[in-house]
Amino acid sequence: MSSYRIQGVTGEWEVVIGLEVHAQVTSNAKLFSGASTEFGAEPNAQVSLVDAAMPGMLPVPNRECIRQAVRTGMAIEAQINKWSRFDRKNYFYADLPQGYQISQLYHPLVGEGSLLIEADEKAGIPADKRIGIERIHVEQDAGKLMHDQHPTMSYVDLNRSGVALMEIVSKPDMRSPAEAGAYVRKLRSILRYVGSCDGNMEQGSMRADVNVSVRKPGDEFGTRTETKNVNSVRFVMAVIEQEARRQVDLIEDGGKVVQETRLYDPDRNETRSMRSKEDAHDYRYFPDPDLLPLDLDDDFLVECRESLPELPDAKKRRYVEELGLSEYNATQLTAEVEGFRRFEDVLSATASALGKGDKDVATQVANWTLSVAPGVLNALGDEAKVENNTAAASAAILKMQDAGEISGGQAKEIYEIVLKTGREPTEIAETEGLKQLSDTGAIESVIDEVLANNADKVEEYRGGKDKLFGFFVGQTMKALQGKGNPAVVNQILKDKLG
Amino acid sequence: MTDLTDLGVKAIRDGVAAGTFSAREVAEAFNANVAAAQDALNAFIVATPEKALEAAEAVDAARAKGETLGKMAGVPIGMKDLFATQGVQTTAASHILEGFIPQYESTVSANLWKAGAGMLGKLNLDQFAMGSSNETSYFGNVISPWRKQGSNAGLAPGGSSGGSSAAVAARLCPAATGTDTGGSIRQPAAFTGITGIKPTYGRCSRWGIVAFASSLDQAGPMARDVTDCAIMLEAMAGFDPKDSTSLNLTVPEWTDGLDADMSGHRVGIPKEYRMEGTDPDILESWDNGIAWLRDAGAEIVEVSLPHTKYALPAYYIVAPAEASSNLARYDGVRYGLRDLPEGANLQEMYAATRAAGFGDEVKRRIMIGTYVLSAGFYDAYYNQAQRVRTLISQDFKAAFEHCDVILAPTTPTASFPLGDKSDDPLAMYLNDVFAVPASLAGLPAMSVPAGLNKDGLPLGLQLIGKAFDEQGVLNAGLAIEQRAGFTARPEKWW
Repeated sequence: MSSYRIQGVTGEWEVVIGLEVHAQVTSNAKLFSGASTEFGAEPNAQVSLVDAAMPGMLPVPNRECIRQAVRTGMAIEAQINKWSRFDRKNYFYADLPQGYQISQLYHPLVGEGSLLIEADEKAGIPADKRIGIERIHVEQDAGKLMHDQHPTMSYVDLNRSGVALMEIVSKPDMRSPAEAGAYVRKLRSILRYVGSCDGNMEQGSMRADVNVSVRKPGDEFGTRTETKNVNSVRFVMAVIEQEARRQVDLIEDGGKVVQETRLYDPDRNETRSMRSKEDAHDYRYFPDPDLLPLDLDDDFLVECRESLPELPDAKKRRYVEELGLSEYNATQLTAEVEGFRRFEDVLSATASALGKGDKDVATQVANWTLSVAPGVLNALGDEAKVENNTAAASAAILKMQDAGEISGGQAKEIYEIVLKTGREPTEIAETEGLKQLSDTGAIESVIDEVLANNADKVEEYRGGKDKLFGFFVGQTMKALQGKGNPAVVNQILKDKLG
Repeated sequence: MTDLTDLGVKAIRDGVAAGTFSAREVAEAFNANVAAAQDALNAFIVATPEKALEAAEAVDAARAKGETLGKMAGVPIGMKDLFATQGVQTTAASHILEGFIPQYESTVSANLWKAGAGMLGKLNLDQFAMGSSNETSYFGNVISPWRKQGSNAGLAPGGSSGGSSAAVAARLCPAATGTDTGGSIRQPAAFTGITGIKPTYGRCSRWGIVAFASSLDQAGPMARDVTDCAIMLEAMAGFDPKDSTSLNLTVPEWTDGLDADMSGHRVGIPKEYRMEGTDPDILESWDNGIAWLRDAGAEIVEVSLPHTKYALPAYYIVAPAEASSNLARYDGVRYGLRDLPEGANLQEMYAATRAAGFGDEVKRRIMIGTYVLSAGFYDAYYNQAQRVRTLISQDFKAAFEHCDVILAPTTPTASFPLGDKSDDPLAMYLNDVFAVPASLAGLPAMSVPAGLNKDGLPLGLQLIGKAFDEQGVLNAGLAIEQRAGFTARPEKWW
């Protein structure tokens, strides 16, 4: 149970949150027309006759969009409805050429499912929690109005008109901004694993309508408000905080929450009313007579399921159970697509370079990809060239480190040069002298010299002053210009000092 | 020499192919008739004589080179102005689309041009195909070439394909396209003594046809006789991936399959169509039809379509509901009429544009449709009407267990004088009482001329077939055609 509470003058309040996430389906073409969906084209460059709702134009469902929505449904372990149907949602607006949006009200493609958000003590999520998902339906996006191009007129850009969206509707299962944030992050991660949405919130590929109500713990649900088109995880959390606070204050001042649509203003960090239920549209939903119901056959569903990749929860479990990674590392590595891809690339390259099993090198690779490599990359900033950051290079470095040829510090230095120049790690180690000295003979002679020059200290050490061991190591390493293999140095010193 | 404009589709096509006359001569003859009749009949919104000539010349050139000619090669036709024609104004007879020139060609018209047909012009119709008399056109009503004996009063050519029916009856074109949502091919065909078939829903692509009611709209040919209809329907029909409701079936060779021998076939006579107050002339022609089909070898059986009386009310819920949504796109934003009063905002622009752009009947149906889809009324009207629609379909299915094709009147009366019903929408809607059930069930149905009433006006008989059985409908139509001996034509007064 979330312990998130809003302190009011009448006591503690609990917030109840449901999210409707609109995710743009990754597809080259729109939901019902062949027009392109690429982001950033000139206004109205990607508009077909269907998107512009010319007379006599008809929608034809894009199979790939349906496929992606079905795969998404499978990824949240949802009921897939083999029979579904498109409905028209009728309203007039300049960004809606047909005068209706083709959506699915009565018979959505995907029914109930759920996703898991993980315990995060620091964020106030004490235990793993499953958040219910009511449905996923497929619908068309609208175009965009531009109000700043002309003093008295608005311009219309229809590039987005007809682009396929999945509307993923959660149950009112979340009880804190942190849970909502975790839900959106997890959903985004799943969508990106599946490849059904790029999850790019800045470009509007993913946005959320945030439903918020408050109640005294244990009471019935209160009246909810819906804040539309919130386009970042941070804003989703801010909306919940602001809206819950506003509702509590309102109720405690003797007012009533009205069911309404609100907008979030990030600059002022507040929500404000857009329209109330009274002047809400009557959308006159009815089945779209231009389209036949979707009737999915078994082959199609089998292909959808078989094409699903390993998903975050399963991957994490495997990392822990089969690769022996810590829970923490496994969570970190599987949170984002980029993370696990990088890890798995370096893992297989390293394992084969070392001729070892994945499990034998997994922890080493995890540490490398989670902390060492990002540290170097971040420090370099723009100097690092992405194309130089190959799995093979990382594997070569890890191999040298594993063999004791280079130290951890040298590994970072070599990696830095690799990122800047693309040179071979082994060549860098040779040429730049970034190698540990492991030759016992050479180290022995240096140690002999150090011990001879510090006979008094040797006496003291042998007399019981153990702390002096570090001094001998330091002197030896200094003499070896830092390139001595610490393990070898330590071993020989121990032997010689007796 | 024969007047080329007396010839139908088959005669023209075969004559052109045989070199009896050139396609150009045919086009010129019809172009002349179109021009001469325009002021009197108002059948065309736009004449395109150059298009007709261009297509004819292409056919003549192809023939000269010995190329294989299409099914409609050398046949100039009229195109109902509901079909989008690339580069030629397409209005649906509405002010709101006046001046709209599509950048695309409807699938059906493209199929016809591919088959060698040429376009004489865009035919007048009831605005957005909503009407039964052609009086709702923004471009003035079409006047039927027929007149009552002893009267000069203008008569309705039927609707909505009234330009098509008038033009074919008056020999302005040998054939024309029509569309039928609730009788818009059959009723005007019956009123003007011509033949018209609405095929099974989905046979002809709806892509590029200005939508009225998507689940009912279906294109079909209107021509002098059954054979011409069969030829033209073959050219029009076919699967179109751009229309999700298009039938993915090969188009049968209906013309080759024509056979008027009805022996071994059962013809159903629906008892519920024998309604009180039906014109005795209509009942008499129906009895004639029964006798002709029996003569052709058919067994006549009585069948029951018990939900017939609910068809018209259900139709006038479903069709306006779909229309109210289909016509939302005419908003003044992207094309067509825009009425932007000084200082108006978006909502005011919508209101002004649609008030100025749509005619009364269109507005009436948009309002009915909006009402029946509204929250609180949806179940009582739209859902109920859909249930009725299912029952109507089941009625037909049950009836077709006992018969192969159904014979009924096309209309309850012959053509009526213009203005007679224009103030009484319900009386106007009743025109389609026999036509609407087949539309709701998506079945193929055709009207063939059956004779004249006592005023000398044509009457039609309707044949309704099983889904996909256009052949059965055409064959029964042919059996009637051969026995009715209908040769009457309007006396030329224009």
